[in-house]
Amino acid sequence: MPKIKTAIIGSGNIGTDLMYKLLRSPWLELTMMVGIDPTSEGLARARALGIATTDKGIEDFLRQPEVAEIVFDATSAKAHRQHAPLLEQAGKIVIDLTPAAIGKYVVPPVNLGAHLDAKNVNLVSCGGQATIPIVAAIRRVQPVKYAEIVATIASKSAGPGTRQNIDEFTQTTAQGLVDMGGAERGKAIIILNPAEPPIIMRNTIYAMVEDPDQAAITKSILDMVRTVQEYVPGYRLRTEPLFDGNKVTVFIEVEGAGDYLPTYSGNLDIMTAAAVKVGEEFAKYLLAKRGAAVPAGV
Amino acid sequence: MREINPRICDTTLRDGSHAMAHQFTPEQVRAVVSGLAEAGVPVIEVSHGDGLGGSSFQYGFSKVPEEQLLAAAADAIKDKKLAVLLLPGIGTKEELRMAAAYGAKVARICTHVTEADICEQHIGLAKQLGMEVVGFLMLAHMVPPEKIVEQGKLMESYGADCVYVTDSAGAMTPRDVRERVTALREALNIEVGFHAHMNLALGVANTLEAIECGATQVDGATCGLGAGAGNTPTEILVAVLDKLGYKTGIDVRKIMDVAEDIVRPMMPRPQVIDRAALSLGYYGVYSSFLLHTYRAAERFGVDARDILAELGRRKVVGGQEDMIVDVAVELARQQGKEPAAVGRA
Repeated sequence: MPKIKTAIIGSGNIGTDLMYKLLRSPWLELTMMVGIDPTSEGLARARALGIATTDKGIEDFLRQPEVAEIVFDATSAKAHRQHAPLLEQAGKIVIDLTPAAIGKYVVPPVNLGAHLDAKNVNLVSCGGQATIPIVAAIRRVQPVKYAEIVATIASKSAGPGTRQNIDEFTQTTAQGLVDMGGAERGKAIIILNPAEPPIIMRNTIYAMVEDPDQAAITKSILDMVRTVQEYVPGYRLRTEPLFDGNKVTVFIEVEGAGDYLPTYSGNLDIMTAAAVKVGEEFAKYLLAKRGAAVPAGV
Repeated sequence: MREINPRICDTTLRDGSHAMAHQFTPEQVRAVVSGLAEAGVPVIEVSHGDGLGGSSFQYGFSKVPEEQLLAAAADAIKDKKLAVLLLPGIGTKEELRMAAAYGAKVARICTHVTEADICEQHIGLAKQLGMEVVGFLMLAHMVPPEKIVEQGKLMESYGADCVYVTDSAGAMTPRDVRERVTALREALNIEVGFHAHMNLALGVANTLEAIECGATQVDGATCGLGAGAGNTPTEILVAVLDKLGYKTGIDVRKIMDVAEDIVRPMMPRPQVIDRAALSLGYYGVYSSFLLHTYRAAERFGVDARDILAELGRRKVVGGQEDMIVDVAVELARQQGKEPAAVGRA
């Protein structure tokens, strides 16, 4: 079966974890890992796996653009703002894992196929990937007047990008709760916890719902959790949804697959898993357009 | 006669917000600020208990928008300084700009004691807005002095004018205070401050210890109104410091009157060290968890102390109020309560 060629820009923790996930994809072929640091562990690992690499950054990739059709950007928001126009000019489909939020938001269980003609899509934030599906699950039963999420992650799994611009997380995620989750208003809180051993990523979702239909909402949430588990196996409810007047509370924890990042980094795992899921959807779309036979049920 | 006199920041209208379940009204704020300013309190803090933008399901919704409280405070504060609190991750630079526009002159920027690097932009913005910046290192009992020094230096490098040793759990003894304040004093070229809670009844003693070790900014709250068993009562601190010869600029009799005549009648419950509040200090848990823990203990039928002990064991940090219900549900289940009944409570 033909695969769509992809490249990863950024050979740090996220890019490296994404590399291992792409190697398992039936739709995507990783052809190049792009970094800027010759001593990067991610590049060394890619080379050891026989994947082409460059340590000269995006310019080097753009000299041989036929290498990949889909590009995953796992650098930083600042770097992505520079990369985006260059990649657009080169005609690439870009899946942006940074908080740059240039492209349309995609959260797989909510709008996976919505922007397949877009050239740049963004994955919101780790907290958004973990919580927006739950808000959407409640919203498909009853209107959500207000959604609030609290994402708690291990200090060790918060990189310098997140730390230097923590407002980007809260603002982007809050916007995602409204735009993608369907809440009328949204608020996001992020907490870093330095406990050792590191804690698994946890998310608490609060939704304000008038006279909530407990059975229907619970069922919708359980269905949604199963949908997310298809691509993030470590995504689970800690307890059944709690109902208290017009407040619905949902506790989620996300354990990573441990591909490269440690399992407590569910916050990073859900991003790389979502990136692969979105990349595969683009690949299926491209292949179908080209008339390639797409086997049913995959 | 002492050479260096500590500056007192009164946080009745910020830390006290926890004890009031965030229900302060503009009229109450105006009355308290007016009284504090009249008594000579140089810095008066007004914010949601969890800082600007703290109004939420997680921490409790404010009765009125924060803007109205700040406007009321600015109106009554005369020549004293209005301070606000901000926890990056909860509030954002947007709320800081709003507070500055309402006349806030001091920005107190808080992070967990190991996470100072998340507040670089907020300290930078506050300085840019012409504010005085205090860096708060919360739950400072959880790490040794060397770590506090490392994190305090980060805040100094971002532009902070003062770094606080913040005993958010009211878990420190005078020795803990001495080691931490002294280490910061020796390592930093900026001021050092101290914020206490009364969970172990050591608030006044610890604040005194901090001052003796060189802290030049300390916090109090009238009637101790604050999270957990409350904060160092401003009126007591002022009286004690006056006896020792410090000049705080605050009138002893007038601050007593603010506490007794203005603040005490507003209080929903007396500020006491009951077994749950004592457990906060004993297990080292963030003081604002107290009222949330009472509610969860009642709702799920478990002992508040069991919840707090478990939270302490898990090293939960400030802002993780959602863990209270999570742990209460887990304990209820362990103690043989029907999960379905728990879920539908």
